Amino acid sequence: MLRPGRVKNSDVSEDESMSGKAFIPQDKLAQALERLKEKIPVWVPVSQGADLWGVEFKPFMPGMEPVMDRQSTALPKEVIFPQVQTLMTFQYVKDPENPAQVELKLEEARGAEEVLVFGARPCDVRGFFTFDRVFMDGPFVDNYYKERREKTLFAVLVCEEGDDACFCSSVGSGPADKAGSDLWITPVEGGYVVEGLSERGEPYVQLLGEPPSEEQVAAALKIQEEASRRKVGDLDPSGAVQGQKDRFEDREFWKSMVNQCLSCGVCTYVCPTCYCFNITDEMRHSHGERMRSWDSCMFAGYTHEASGHNPRPTKRERYRNRVGHKFSYFPEKYDGMIACCGCGRCIRSCPVSIDIRKVVENLKEKADARA
Amino acid sequence: MHAHNPYLPEVATVQEIIRETHNICTLRVVLNDPEKMKNFQFIPGQVGQLSVFGVGESTFVINSPPTRMDFLQFSVMRVGEVTQRIHLLNGGDQVGVRAPLGNGFPLEDLKGRDILFVGGGIGMAPLRTLLLFMLDNRQDYGDITVIYGARSPLDLCYSYEFQEWRSGGANLVLTVDAEHPQWQERVGFVPTILREESPSPHNRVALVCGPPIMIKFVLFGLKELGFEDDQIISTLEKRMKCGVGICGRCNMGSKYVCLDGPVFTCTQLREMVPEL
Repeated sequence: MLRPGRVKNSDVSEDESMSGKAFIPQDKLAQALERLKEKIPVWVPVSQGADLWGVEFKPFMPGMEPVMDRQSTALPKEVIFPQVQTLMTFQYVKDPENPAQVELKLEEARGAEEVLVFGARPCDVRGFFTFDRVFMDGPFVDNYYKERREKTLFAVLVCEEGDDACFCSSVGSGPADKAGSDLWITPVEGGYVVEGLSERGEPYVQLLGEPPSEEQVAAALKIQEEASRRKVGDLDPSGAVQGQKDRFEDREFWKSMVNQCLSCGVCTYVCPTCYCFNITDEMRHSHGERMRSWDSCMFAGYTHEASGHNPRPTKRERYRNRVGHKFSYFPEKYDGMIACCGCGRCIRSCPVSIDIRKVVENLKEKADARA
Repeated sequence: MHAHNPYLPEVATVQEIIRETHNICTLRVVLNDPEKMKNFQFIPGQVGQLSVFGVGESTFVINSPPTRMDFLQFSVMRVGEVTQRIHLLNGGDQVGVRAPLGNGFPLEDLKGRDILFVGGGIGMAPLRTLLLFMLDNRQDYGDITVIYGARSPLDLCYSYEFQEWRSGGANLVLTVDAEHPQWQERVGFVPTILREESPSPHNRVALVCGPPIMIKFVLFGLKELGFEDDQIISTLEKRMKCGVGICGRCNMGSKYVCLDGPVFTCTQLREMVPEL
């Protein structure tokens, strides 16, 4: 199956020739993005306000200063999976021949444009691999997702600024993970060296700047090598599948893990692998739309049935499901793939500092004890 | 692999609404596209998403069997926003149907077996689909015993066709929770009646659907009678949205009720995480 944005991956040749590479001086970044924007809409990480710490991805407009020196608070998930997305529109129309009869006109809302996300991190892109399995591998294919996924390019930054919440190397990724990237951005002294990784990404390289000097190419290579050697995080998630089974009905365990949880749901909204959604109708007069919007398994209403019954009535069951989904159920369903990219956002954004690594480690302890 | 848009319903017209009880109605709909209606295929036990555009979608079992395709039928209990609106529909109204979804009953495994249906309240809806399918293929099955209970005679659905079930070859045992004037049939909770009837587990499959508390005690009863886990089949209900295994809310561990279910054997249920 076609994987959009799928790259030559690790076998990208470390070609010493400078064609296919560009250097963007730090003070010319905005201009480079303006040139890029002439060809393709670009999303960049920008600060939400001069005195605000948060960084989110926005469509680039002249005058914006991309924030490249730290991971974004909110991820570029909504480029491909919008927070609210119209699935179809409908209209009730009176039949002119028979005014007593009302017909329903139903129209699919589709269509996606090519977009380039500039300045994402490897973990941001990795998250979409989880989505791909669910939305595109069937048995049902979600074309709303697929269209956008295939039309989105990623210019990804070699990651140098991990913090203590990062653990990408523990879940099969790493700070120099090229998987899923179309352009590869390496921050060097005075600017960025950009190179094409995919056929679709290549044509945009020359737009971004002049070919880099030999020294700049060498410096970029050194940074890439250092990054690929760096091991970020020391979580071992291997015992989680068994641990989840062992601990499933251990109420005290789950209680102790999430006692302080506020059920705010931020862990799911900032998560690159969380894809749950709701479908609702909105209507005004005789027309309306059916839309999907991000939902969160941390909310009580998520599984609350009309009868009043709720299979996950407290935050214990809800958090158990979240951890289980990422580290146990997803690997069970999808050939061992962990539905976590190790970006650490759920830890960083949690108002009460719940650490998913600690929960997974503790699950494992029980599994180890059994063995 | 399904190539079409799995979220896009077929527009259908309500043909008739039958008032079953004070809070359950049965909706008969026909897809507006005659070709699609003609080619509609499904397995008893599969479900559909029924939409009232502007209000929303909910999941219901297709309540008419594939052997009777004049319309698609759904029995709906009034409990929430969408079902409230469904109860206000009239003949001629336009609705949306996304179906069939889910796995359905394992028809091949049921052929040549004796059958026991145990239904409670609205839980009779999915069993009725299979029951009618079996009555329409009566020669394929041995004894068909149906134990169907509700709180009162006024809460029993499909009472207008009990005669047809009986004459079609089903041993129908009806029960209500308490004595009621003019009630000629049994009185008592479904699990009690099951013990009284005590159908033999030999070469028999039990199909159970009803409120959780009924299922719980029926399972105890079936165990006592000697039924093994793989002889017991149930069909589950969860809050669903997409119905196609994507949106994430109806999972029990790595299984999705909308996709891997809603029909599971007791053996399968025991292997899944206990999150009913």
